[in-house]
Amino acid sequence: MDFNFTEEQSMVRDTVASFLQDKYDFETRRKIVASDSGWRADYWKAFAEELGILGASFSEELGGLGGGAIDNMIIMEEFGKALVIEPYLGTVVIGGGFMKHSGYANAAAVIEGIVAGTTTIAFAYAEPQGRYTWSDLKTTARKDGAGWTLNGHKAVVVGAPFASHFVVTARTGGSQRETSGVSVFLVDKNLPGVVTRDYPTVDGGRASEVYFENVSLPGDALVGQEGAGLPLVDKVIDEATAASLAEGVGVLRKLHEGTLDYAKQRKQFGRAIADFQVLQHRMVDMFIELEQSVSMTYMATIKLDESDAERAKAVSAAKVRIGRALKFVGQNAIQIHGGMGMTDELAIGHYFKRGTIIEGLFGSVDHHLRRYEGLSFGAAA
Amino acid sequence: MNLDFSPEDLAFRDEVRAFIAQNYPEGLRERQEEGEEMSKEDFLSWHRTLAQKGWVAPAWPEKYGGPGWTSVQRYIWSEETARADCVPILPFGINMVGPVIYTFGTPEQKERFLPPTLSGEIWWSQGYSEPGAGSDLASLKTKAERFTGDDGKDYYLVNGQKTWTTLAQHGDWIFCLVRTDPNAKIQEGISFLLIDMKSSGVTVRPIITLGGEHEVNEVWLENVKVPVENRIFDENKGWTCAKFLLAHERSGIAGVARSKRGIERIRQIARTELSDEGDALIRDPMFKRKIAELEIDLAALEYTELRTLAGEAAGKGPGPESSVLKIKGTEIQQRITELALEAAGHYGAPYFRGFPKDGDNAHPIGPDFAHRAAPTYFNVRKTSIYGGSNEIQRNIIAKMVLGL
Repeated sequence: MDFNFTEEQSMVRDTVASFLQDKYDFETRRKIVASDSGWRADYWKAFAEELGILGASFSEELGGLGGGAIDNMIIMEEFGKALVIEPYLGTVVIGGGFMKHSGYANAAAVIEGIVAGTTTIAFAYAEPQGRYTWSDLKTTARKDGAGWTLNGHKAVVVGAPFASHFVVTARTGGSQRETSGVSVFLVDKNLPGVVTRDYPTVDGGRASEVYFENVSLPGDALVGQEGAGLPLVDKVIDEATAASLAEGVGVLRKLHEGTLDYAKQRKQFGRAIADFQVLQHRMVDMFIELEQSVSMTYMATIKLDESDAERAKAVSAAKVRIGRALKFVGQNAIQIHGGMGMTDELAIGHYFKRGTIIEGLFGSVDHHLRRYEGLSFGAAA
Repeated sequence: MNLDFSPEDLAFRDEVRAFIAQNYPEGLRERQEEGEEMSKEDFLSWHRTLAQKGWVAPAWPEKYGGPGWTSVQRYIWSEETARADCVPILPFGINMVGPVIYTFGTPEQKERFLPPTLSGEIWWSQGYSEPGAGSDLASLKTKAERFTGDDGKDYYLVNGQKTWTTLAQHGDWIFCLVRTDPNAKIQEGISFLLIDMKSSGVTVRPIITLGGEHEVNEVWLENVKVPVENRIFDENKGWTCAKFLLAHERSGIAGVARSKRGIERIRQIARTELSDEGDALIRDPMFKRKIAELEIDLAALEYTELRTLAGEAAGKGPGPESSVLKIKGTEIQQRITELALEAAGHYGAPYFRGFPKDGDNAHPIGPDFAHRAAPTYFNVRKTSIYGGSNEIQRNIIAKMVLGL
């Protein structure tokens, strides 16, 4: 039994942590969020060149450093602690995930671009009517000579304003909610007919509504097998969910730590509010939530390479537990901070907001509880 | 025991409904329903309509301009205004300082302040909290020192800082607790002052909150000259007014009628939003269960409030039981916003504060309610903090009810 990180993994963590400590303090992050572009392209370049972390989770054959999901976990947790905006999840975890698992002919070239920091990816999977059913697609790709014609509307594509490419799910056959007939495409954002409407998100990020209007795709835009993309989508979304939960753990750590610090210095009725037993027990419960969340992130990350059912069960279990932790710890962090917790000025509220978004990302707690029940009880339920 | 409305009460209800239908503008109703931020004029226009009708201060005695309603009629009023998504009447003048003035004020003070409070000419702000005095209100530090002015009149020189002052950016007057005797015991030596916010030395600075709203402010008081005649009740006895006001503040805080409307709204939303199964969200067993649990908890709150009301009608003032209403009422308000955010799904994330902008025809994307769901969820976290945090309310129950 060993929960220790390898030397390489520890190095990745330390490199990221020290970069963020120097260059991603809360005031800097506030400026990034308020800027026109909404992210720091020069930081992204630094992630690629100076830190080399964009390649940490790719095998050496693909031009990476030979790591995997644990590296993503480590990096995402650090990003959670600093509320990093830049699109690691969409580009490396999701975009890279599709490249790794699809047998896509151009995968090596795309990964090369990801590792170099020149290719950035946003995942266009959700649709206005589909909620958390990834097969519920009105977006279509029809065969057109050697290529495809893409039409549809994708909802809340996180990181789209920073992306050079989209990974898009579309129906190449079957009816709207069928599990077969789903295909995955890699789409250059600059193609004619790709229309985006950008907007901020409540947690300080940027997203877009993305419309595809008769977009002509080359034949090699298809990633994976035609019409058989859903299992691939499920796998990559599970990996992305696990990574987002690691980010959630980073957020939880800061919520907990910030609340302890505040409670120790805030005085009411002549003593620190941390002296009140009712708040002590609350902070103990927050700590328990945090520790269990760390455990569940490890569990889910370790099981990402197991069978589809085992992987899905582990990820959904982690999502339920950590989703609830984010709500409990976040709400109590605000409550214990009192009025100060309600202000935009303190970082704590921004962690709460990011935590709230992570809670609903890739499916709500209810969605994952239902999925877990389905996998755990099957038809017997 | 009889909880049915009498024929007179039912007739009153019809009268109220008809009045709202004829006088409450549809545009305001829609914006209130969507949870949009209200402007000063939004608040004031409905306030003035009600003031003209004599209905703006349901709890005030008739001789000061109240409508003379029974507690059942007041209950019906709050139900009906919530049902119709009426803009709330801001509590600072009507529910807080007004009752303090007609209870503790001099005849001159009543004459000077009550009519413009009713008509909406004075926009009141509440100057209770300070950076170091939140739940521990009595530890406030703003000081008021007496002096005689060049004109031979007596004044206080006020220095200090108030915070969390709701909508003070629109304020005309602020009622403040100030320390007039620094050597007295902590709850003594406090006085209740009315301060004209146009006075020199008053500065209002915005505090932006989690949902991006400018709803609260810091109010700085630097060498502000306040005539002694603006003090309500005796010098150093302001804590009596403060406690009286807090009891009034808490009695309206359960928000049952508005929560009922909130749950109805969640039901409407869940009828049109889709579940994972592609069916209406309201048929999703898990979502349905949460609505059901909320409704049951709200029923428990409502009947607890009715019992409190009945007690008040029988002559019992609002006691520490109002803390039960505050705790459960605010928890329910918060859960309603959680459900709205859940219902929004992906469309809970976009942030469209201030849309549509001047000269911009763009509208928020997603379902109508969704772009306000997250900001409202964040904003409503305040309800378990303000008005005496829910932890403090539990302390009150422990001490005053359970004798612990």
